[in-house]
Amino acid sequence: MSPEFWSMGGYAPYVWGSFGVAAAIYLWNAIAPRLRRRAILDSLADDE
Amino acid sequence: MTKRQKRMVAVAALVAGLALAAVFGFTAFRKNMMYFYTPTDIVEHKVAEHARLRLGGLVTVGSLKRGEGLNVEFTLADCEKSLPVRYDGILPDLFREGQGIVATGQMKDGTFVADEVLAKHDENYMPPDLAKSLVTADGKHSCAPFKSVMRAAG
Amino acid sequence: MNWTWFHRLGSPPSFYRFAERLAPWLGVAALLLLAYAWYGGLVLAPADYQQKDAFRVIYVHVPAAAVSLSLYVLMAVAGAVALIWRMKLAECVMIASAPVGASFTALALLTGMLWGKPMWGAYWVWDARLTSELVLLFLYLGVIGLHAAFEDARAAARACALLAIVGLVNVPIVHFSVEWWNSLHQGSTILKFGKPAISADMARPLYAGLLGTYLLCAYAILRRTQNELLLRERGTRWVREQLAAAAGNRDGGAHVS
Repeated sequence: MSPEFWSMGGYAPYVWGSFGVAAAIYLWNAIAPRLRRRAILDSLADDE
Repeated sequence: MTKRQKRMVAVAALVAGLALAAVFGFTAFRKNMMYFYTPTDIVEHKVAEHARLRLGGLVTVGSLKRGEGLNVEFTLADCEKSLPVRYDGILPDLFREGQGIVATGQMKDGTFVADEVLAKHDENYMPPDLAKSLVTADGKHSCAPFKSVMRAAG
Repeated sequence: MNWTWFHRLGSPPSFYRFAERLAPWLGVAALLLLAYAWYGGLVLAPADYQQKDAFRVIYVHVPAAAVSLSLYVLMAVAGAVALIWRMKLAECVMIASAPVGASFTALALLTGMLWGKPMWGAYWVWDARLTSELVLLFLYLGVIGLHAAFEDARAAARACALLAIVGLVNVPIVHFSVEWWNSLHQGSTILKFGKPAISADMARPLYAGLLGTYLLCAYAILRRTQNELLLRERGTRWVREQLAAAAGNRDGGAHVS
């Protein structure tokens, strides 16, 4: 990708900041439920 | 009535009651929730000098005069009235003639002296070449978003 | 009308298996749509005539703001169903929506601030739209906190459902705030009647992003509902079967490695 692309017409911190925060939130929503399921299954298995 | 029907009525009553309370609340507080006044409000109703308030409108095309340093003067208009504005400070990137802005400051001898200017852009997005072929390309924005506070309050 | 499918879906083990089959497809579809939406928004879409490249924040801001409202309605409706029909599945859906909705409300606020600074000239202003969206975040956090404060799951669900329903008044306020009041925030682009407020090549990635975000939320809520069901139904036969299956998978994996 060209330097112009990364500079976003001078708005790089705002555009990339927004997409960065968004990536974190999307990933958290995709991954967190799976991790919690593993934790629940483990704790329930210990209770058995 | 079965228990379930009673609960259904209770939930429906709760929602209806809240909606009613909200309607009354907002009719009473509508004026306080307004973010800015418009030039019409200021021109038609006398505002105390030195009362800090926000003024929103479109920068009249052809009215912008740049003075020394960061000093600028322009007139701000809604759909009906306009008002001269003076400002000394950094303008947002979107500031230009025809643009919607919201200025914070006070009235002084018929001029609104601002100490902060924010840009209010509209909800239209298009590439530059398409903008050129449309009427809006000459920088004309709709004055509709600038609603008179006094008239809304009734 | 035949309601057996509804009652079957409402039973925890059936719903669990239904979610287990549906969720992966939602996840894949969301991933593909979002990949196109972000590539389209960052690379394919032309810069705006006024806002230049700063307008690209719209591709993360608008989907987040849209689901922040939709998920609240889902949460409140699930809460009402839970209150009226005492349906366990509805209680689980309600509490599953809260963290997902809260995260996207926070995202809408954060991206809005990052958009507001370069365009308006301020990160934050107390206008009607921004204030009511902040109230929405507090309502989500209230539901999450209230749920955590109760020992008994049934009592927790009842309290949360009431709070969710009471907070429902805020939803139309967020949506119509820009029309009812003078605000710094602009009006709605995609729900505007009449001529399109956004050109087609800018709109396509936006619609893909909206759909992808809704699908990702559906995925996250299904998975979280499954988790709640496992906890609420622990000790029952179907949960034991799930535990046995999970243990079997893990042992199988251990042998391979």
